[in-house]
Order: sequence, then C-alpha cells, then structure tokens
Amino acid sequence: MTAYLWLIPVLPVIGFLINGLIGRRLPKRAVAGVACGVVLASFVLSALAVTELAGMPEDQRYMENRVATWVPAVDAGGGQKGLAVDWLFTLDPLSAVMILIVTGVGFLIHVYSIGYMGEDPGFWRYFTYLNLFMAMMLTLVLGGSFAVMFVGWEGVGLCSYLLIGYFYWKPDCADAGRKAFITNRIGDLAFVIGTLTLFAWFGTLEFRPILQAVTAGQGPAWVLTAVAICLFIGACGKSAQIPLYVWLPDAMAGPTPVSALIHAATMVTAGVYMVCRLSPLYVMSPTALTIVAVTGAATALFAATIGLAQNDIKKVLAYSTVSQLGYMFLAAGVGAFSGAIFHLMTHAFFKALLFLGSGAVIHALHHEQDMMKMGGLKKHLPTTYKVFFCGWIAISGFPFTSGFFSKDEILWRAFQWSPVIWAVAAFTAVLTAFYMTRLMGLTFWGRTRMDHHTEEHVHEVPGVMKRPLITLAVLALLGGFLSVPAALGGHWMPFTLEHWLEPSLAHPEHAEGHGSAAAEYGLMFLSSALAMLTMWFGYNLYHKTPEKAAAWKQRFAGIYEVLKNKYWVDELYDAVVIQNFYRLCRAAYSLDVRVVDGLVHLVRNLTIGFSYLSVFWDTWVVDGLVNLTGRTIRTSSGALRKVQTGFIQSYASAMVFGMFVLICLYMYVS
Amino acid sequence: MIPTSHMLVFSLILFTIGMVGVLTRRNAIIVMMGIELMLNSANINFIAFSRQLGDLAGQVFSIFTIVVAAGEVAVGLAIILALYRNKDTINVDEVNIMKG
Repeated sequence: MTAYLWLIPVLPVIGFLINGLIGRRLPKRAVAGVACGVVLASFVLSALAVTELAGMPEDQRYMENRVATWVPAVDAGGGQKGLAVDWLFTLDPLSAVMILIVTGVGFLIHVYSIGYMGEDPGFWRYFTYLNLFMAMMLTLVLGGSFAVMFVGWEGVGLCSYLLIGYFYWKPDCADAGRKAFITNRIGDLAFVIGTLTLFAWFGTLEFRPILQAVTAGQGPAWVLTAVAICLFIGACGKSAQIPLYVWLPDAMAGPTPVSALIHAATMVTAGVYMVCRLSPLYVMSPTALTIVAVTGAATALFAATIGLAQNDIKKVLAYSTVSQLGYMFLAAGVGAFSGAIFHLMTHAFFKALLFLGSGAVIHALHHEQDMMKMGGLKKHLPTTYKVFFCGWIAISGFPFTSGFFSKDEILWRAFQWSPVIWAVAAFTAVLTAFYMTRLMGLTFWGRTRMDHHTEEHVHEVPGVMKRPLITLAVLALLGGFLSVPAALGGHWMPFTLEHWLEPSLAHPEHAEGHGSAAAEYGLMFLSSALAMLTMWFGYNLYHKTPEKAAAWKQRFAGIYEVLKNKYWVDELYDAVVIQNFYRLCRAAYSLDVRVVDGLVHLVRNLTIGFSYLSVFWDTWVVDGLVNLTGRTIRTSSGALRKVQTGFIQSYASAMVFGMFVLICLYMYVS
Repeated sequence: MIPTSHMLVFSLILFTIGMVGVLTRRNAIIVMMGIELMLNSANINFIAFSRQLGDLAGQVFSIFTIVVAAGEVAVGLAIILALYRNKDTINVDEVNIMKG
C-alpha cells in the first residue's frame, strides 16, 4: 500500500481531467458518475491504507511514499546543501484521520451535489472544480514536506476562489471570491516566510527531520517562536481567524455544498491540521501557543456574538464555522492537539450536515436564504427537519452527541490551562447553542412567514440528497463515541481517537492533568447543563413566544445593531486598509504618470528633435553633396554630348579628317 | 607599258570619288557603293605595286579584299533591308538614334 499512497490524491485529478476536458460534451449522469466515482475510489484506497496503518505496531505507524524528485538537490556552494524537494507523501495517524474525513465527507457532499446542482448549466464545471479541490486537499494532508503541503495549500485556495466565484456573472460572488483569495495571500506570505526560515535553519523542508530536530532541542527558541507565529498567521488566513476571518462569511456566495465541503468541513480546517502537524514545534514555544489559544478564544467568542444577529441562514452557519474553528485553535493553543483534531472531525460531520441541511431548505424555497422569510418548515420538510435537528443538538453539545464529547474535551483542557479561557469557551458554547436554536426557531418552528406562492411550491429533497444527509446525521450523533473521555469510561472503549493520534502529536508538559475527577465531572455537568438550558430557553423564546423574541430585539436594539453589522469590521478594514491601499495605488499611479511617463516623454521629444536635426543634415549636406556631384558632371558633359550627332557621315568625316592629319604628321616627320 | 604612277593617280581619283560619295550622299545604298569604290581603289594600288615589284603577294591581297568586300556587301545590304523594314527609309540623315 505504501507505494500507492500517491494514488489517493491523483485519482481525483483523473476525474478533474476527464470532466474538465470533455465534461461539457458528456451527459450529466456521466459527469456525476466520474466525479463521485474517483472520490469513492480515493475513499476506498484511504480506508485500505489506514487499515494497513492500524495493523502496524503503535509506535511505528508511519508510511512514506517518495514518488519523484521535484527539485533536485544543488550544491549551494561552500559545502552547503541547496533546496531539494521530493514529491513525498506520508501517512501517519494524523493524516489518516484527515484523509478519511476529507474523502468520506467529500464523497457524501459530491453525491448531495448531484441533486443540488442538477439544474445548473455549469454542472460539469462544478464537478471539475470539486474534484480538483479533493486532489489538492488530499495533497495538503498527505504531503510529507512543507513544499508538497504548500502545493495543496495554494491549490485548495484556488479551488475555493473558483467555487466561491462559481456564479461569476454575479458581481457579489466574484467579489467574494477575490476577497477570499486576497485575504488568504496575506496569510500565505507569512506561511512562506515561516517555511523558508525553517529551511534556512534545518536545511530541509520535510516534516519528519525538522520535527525530530526540534524535539531534540535544536534551533534557538526565538527562531522557533517566530516560525510558529508566522505559520500560525498562515493558518489564520486559511482557517479564518481574527484578523483574517472576514473572507469566510462572504464565501457563502458560492453554492451551498461548496460551503459545506470547503468552508466548513475540510479546507478551513487546514490551518488547524497544520498547527497539529507541527505540534512538536509549537510545544517548544509557549509564547506561540499562548497566541494561538488567545486568538482562537477571541475568534470563537467574537464570531459567535455576530452569529446571534444574522438573518441569512448561511451567514449564521458561516459565523458559527469561524467560531468553531476558533475553538479548535483554542484547543491546540492549550496543548490539546488531539482535542483540536477530534473537534475538527465532529465539526466536519455536524457542520457539513447543517450546511447541507440549509442547502436543502434553500433548494426547497427556490434560493431563499433570508430566515425572516422562512418559518414553520417542519411540516413541509420532515426529513430535512429531522437531520437538521440532529445537527442542532450535536453542535449545541447535547449530552452524548459528537459535539458534546469534543467540546467537553476542549473545555476540560482549557480549564486546566486557564479558567479565563475556559470561561470564554463555555460562554461561546452557550452562545452557540443559542444562535443555533434561533436558527431552528426561525426556520422550522412557529408560523410560516413565506408568501403563499412559495409555500405551495415547497418540496422535500430528492433521494440523492437525502441519503448523504442521513449518513451525516448518524455521524453527527454518534461520531463522538470515537473518543470517549477517560472519565466516562474511555479506557473500556476499543478505540479512542486520542490514543490513536498519540504517535503524531506532541504533548506540552503542563498539559499532564492536574485537576481531579470531581472537577472534570463537575465541568462536564455544568457545560452540558448550560447548553441544555440555553436550548430550552431558545426553544421557548422562538417556538412558544416569538413575540417575546421581537421584544428582546427592541430592548437590546443597540447591541443588536452592532452585531447585525458585524461590528463594522468590514467597514473598518475598508477605511484602514483598503482605502489607504487605494491611496497608495493612486500615488503610485501619479508617480507613474508624472515621473516615469514624463521621463519617457522627454526621451521621446529629444529623439524627435534629434531626428529633425538629422533630417536637416541629410537633406542639405549629404544629399547636397551628392546632387552637386551629379549636377557638375551633367553640366560639364553638356558640351561633350554635342559631338555625338548620330549622323554616320559626320563620324566618317571625322575619321577622314583624322586620317588626313595623321598622314600629314607622318609626312612631316619623315 | 603603262607607268605605275598613272595607276596610282587613277586609284587616287577613284578613292576620292568613293570618299566623297560616302561623305556626301544620303542614300545608304549609294554610301555602300562609295565604300566599294574605295575598296577597289585600294585593290588597284595592290595590283600596281605587285606588277612593279614582280611580287604576287599584292594580287593575293586584292583577291582577299574582293572576298571580304563581297561579305561586307552581303552584311551591309542585310542591314539596309532591316533598316528599311523598321524605319521605312534608307536615308542616313533620318537614322540618328545614337545622337547624344
């Protein structure tokens, strides 16, 4: 299996090529078949590879597939080795979890897309992009070096841009695509700086040697801290953390399954994956870890508050995603890397479910996204309501759903690290439960606010969309049992994610649990009680007494306005960054026009002047000399040409005369 | 026996008549005839001296000259014929395209 690891990312490339080159001429069935088939094949291959990995002894779970040389090693001079890059794919427990999530959830979303995008004329284009995305995402998680990972990292960014701007004829979509792409560039710059700094210190870009060297204590602390912070900025761009989160809510302009796949389940978690992949580096730098934790906590809280006041169903989910990603970074920052990956996984399940569910709602209502025009959909869309219900209780942290287990692990570790961070995280969890309940209330419960025409045409989703939803609902409910905490009897379970991930992740010293079992139970009880209370409160507010909700909105109108406008962060960025950037552009433009163009024009005018001089010289001096010669010769030849009379007899006379002269001369001489 | 000097004077007269014909007449055929006269005056000179010196080489030369003259007439008449066909005239005054 080791030798075929490269097939996992290459299979979707085949689908990408087929659909991209001839998809336009293929029937929709064939396009869908190819696109889903290659992803399913990738999933099967991944499952086989992971099975083989699981069969290895615990501490040797590592597969390496060096496919080809990309950049051959060059002697950089002075005995130093230059940059050498191989196409290296590696599989370890961490990337194993990732490829299963990516291909598994990816496959379900591909299948769902067949139904969702069925009416779209760009069907083949959509699946081409989606397959390319799968290939890039798998390259990202399987890449064994920064270089290969970076290929995937940029590739998913490209696909994200293409898919956000899928409806490219709508200016909003095209702008959102550009915003995502440009915001990501800022993070990517930091990522490249961090990567190249590591190369400068360790002479390689491959993860294994670098991380082994770091663990062995090589490299000065300040370099490691700087690198860790640079890479984290890169992760902030990709995973939408403060201050680079602004692109993700706008990215909802793309088709809904894309939001589910790229902007909830997989691509945006690449930053979390990267931080966990480099956990040995991060544990060497407590400063960087603190930054990660604080940024994550701040983002989690900040985005959750914005989510409270959004009316677009996808915007609520988008801010929820930003908030949950903050949660993952918080987990990584407090040293609970396995908690971060666990939450990444459960989040992939329930957030993909919620997005696809919202897609089903939007599909049913003919592309209506405003929750204020929904309501009472429970009776129209029973299946969608049921699966959405599963997603709702999972993300809110209802006991024994997947969200409960993963959030609980993070909360417990956060509490051990700092009660303040715990308080922020717990409050975020309460807010999450509240805005998700509000979403449920506005969408499914209560009386309908649809107009009569729309209500008549509401239709339940077709089977091809229903089955992925149900699968994801089951995963969202039960996925948590993959990592049951020890306090709830985890050591009796045959498998826990935490244990599986152990060989891939580092453990900071402070993380080794202090804190009693009683405290753990207490916190667990407290957080789930808070979540349930909030859900109950929200249920009452939005289901039973919607008029009270409106009254609350009135009472907190000021705060509501701030939240609804997302703290005016976009406007702030516009004023501080974008307008100043435009000003710089204009300054550069005027510099161009005045100085550069001025110089060019000066040169032009000088050239024209000189050429006039040159023309004058040519006409009067050079040509004059030539003409003078010609004229002189013509004038002087005027006399001579008279001799040539053309009369044969004048020539004969001349001859006779000449002969006469010669004879006279001869006689005179002799 | 006719003295050689008479022959030379006769030859001179003949040559002069030929030369004047060549220089003054405008008809190309007459010009040709002038040239023939001049050639034949030269032949008379050859023969005169041949007789006086008792050397047959002079007579041989005159035979050569007659042959060459025959060729010359053939070529000359051909030229005049071509001239007439092209210009509708054999008047040498009117053929002055070589005028400088």
